[in-house]
Amino acid sequence: MHVEQISVFLENKAGRLAEVAAILAEADVNIRALALADTSDFGVLRLIVNDNQKAIQALKNRGFTVSKTDVVAAEVEDRPGGLNRILDILNRAGINVEYMYAFVQHTGKNAVMIFRIDPIDEAIKLLQKNNITVIEGSKVYAM
Amino acid sequence: MILDIGFETMPREDLEAIVLRRLKATIDRVYANVPFYRKKFEENHITPNDIKSLEDLKQIPFTTKEDLRDNYPFGMFAVPMDNVVRIHASSGTTGKPTVVGYTARDINTWAELMARALAAGGATRGDIIHNAYGYGLFTGGLGTHYGAEKLGASVIPVSGGNTKRQIIIMKDFGPTILTATPSYALYLAEVAEEMGVSFKDLKFKFGIFGAEPWSEKMREEIERKLNLTAVDIYGLSEVMGPGVAIECHEAKKGLHIFEDHFIPEIINPATGEVLPYGETGELVFTTITKEAFPVIRYRTRDITSLNPEPCICGRTLIRMNKVSGRTDDMLIIRGVNVFPSQIESVLMEIDEVEPHYQLVVDRKGKLDTLTVLVEVGERLFSDEVKVLQNLERKIAKNIKDYLGVSAKVKLVEPKVIARSQGKAVRVIDNRKI
Repeated sequence: MHVEQISVFLENKAGRLAEVAAILAEADVNIRALALADTSDFGVLRLIVNDNQKAIQALKNRGFTVSKTDVVAAEVEDRPGGLNRILDILNRAGINVEYMYAFVQHTGKNAVMIFRIDPIDEAIKLLQKNNITVIEGSKVYAM
Repeated sequence: MILDIGFETMPREDLEAIVLRRLKATIDRVYANVPFYRKKFEENHITPNDIKSLEDLKQIPFTTKEDLRDNYPFGMFAVPMDNVVRIHASSGTTGKPTVVGYTARDINTWAELMARALAAGGATRGDIIHNAYGYGLFTGGLGTHYGAEKLGASVIPVSGGNTKRQIIIMKDFGPTILTATPSYALYLAEVAEEMGVSFKDLKFKFGIFGAEPWSEKMREEIERKLNLTAVDIYGLSEVMGPGVAIECHEAKKGLHIFEDHFIPEIINPATGEVLPYGETGELVFTTITKEAFPVIRYRTRDITSLNPEPCICGRTLIRMNKVSGRTDDMLIIRGVNVFPSQIESVLMEIDEVEPHYQLVVDRKGKLDTLTVLVEVGERLFSDEVKVLQNLERKIAKNIKDYLGVSAKVKLVEPKVIARSQGKAVRVIDNRKI
């Protein structure tokens, strides 16, 4: 039930994000979701794309440092308290969310969010036990 | 003022006779007491008896910083540790510092030469000396301090840092002589201005600045902003510390070398050939009175030239011109010697770091800043920002701990650091001195 995310190291200067977008476009890779965490000097761009292999190869060829990380995609009810319910479940179990970000697309009535959680398998089991829908990687890449 | 008229204005022939006698005694002593020198002499089929004139010094091979490192920590000492009363250290080219020792007599000699230097720079026993050189393993602080006391002046051992407090002390204690690195002197001026204190209202007459290279342009700026006469002082711990050579405030044109204690030579750094007066090359020193840590033909890596012309101040001692550069890659940052290889050793101790780094030195405002660029490779990279930030902090802390210099660490994308013909450019020095 893991989803593979790719992370790219970027210096915090003009044009770097645009260059990543251009490289992915050239490689015919579609970005499904993304989030950028930054400091004054550098940033880490996290991406969910439709073809990880192609994306990683294209970025590495152009000299970027890229890594893969397993994350969880879960459905969040699109109403007040939807996200809180998930975080509450994890918090009660003492599981820490390193970071998270949202998908643009919905599945039916629900929003989709990406969670970077450790330990990941324990978190997935816990969410499923609480009737939270965890979405498989293959589905996420094609969303 | 000339403190030691006898030696400082001695006719050259008389001086040379004394120098030769002292050189021979030093050669005898290192041959008998320092295995490193004995071995070098034997390898080159030289005995102390071969040194009959000052010209003969040329036969003896050079001593380098690497030799000192190979004999770390006390292998170059020429006296038993019982007779050593002080140890100082400066940056080595790798993790290990260069260690030097002094006997009680060495400390006294050093104090006398430093007192001469302060006097040449304008100080008298009636002066109050604000000594902002760092106290500690660095020779600047204590060397100047002992010289000031020997001269009979009042010394304020304020050391480096705590700049605002220094300004208050300057206002309240009324020091008349400032001793500091030239970049710190300018920083003091900047902070004083921020605090609304004008150097015109302070009592400084002379400033004696050294431990890093500085230009005539910087002298003009210091003299204007600090409202004092600025002179250059030269020294290095391997030879003694501050007080090896000093500019007289009368001429401010080259630094008089205390030749009754140190023999200077200028060599072609590539061939080792001794160059005539006036030609620019690497400065080499032989000490002729030191007991604990004599050095024979020590290569300073500093680039300058020698000027034998008589000086208006009356001293007969030869002058070296202001140091214009280095023959190695040593950087001096806020008075601290830094070799790129030292930074590399610190980086290599951290597992994830690859050997792709670059040092950028800038002068922001009046202070030198060191930025260490480290390329982020796959082993180092993490999707979590805090992991990367912790790594930056860890590298900066290790640099501070090992080298004693504050650095900003900046993670950069791979291949950002320019490689010229496959060889990385390790240092970018943007300072205009």
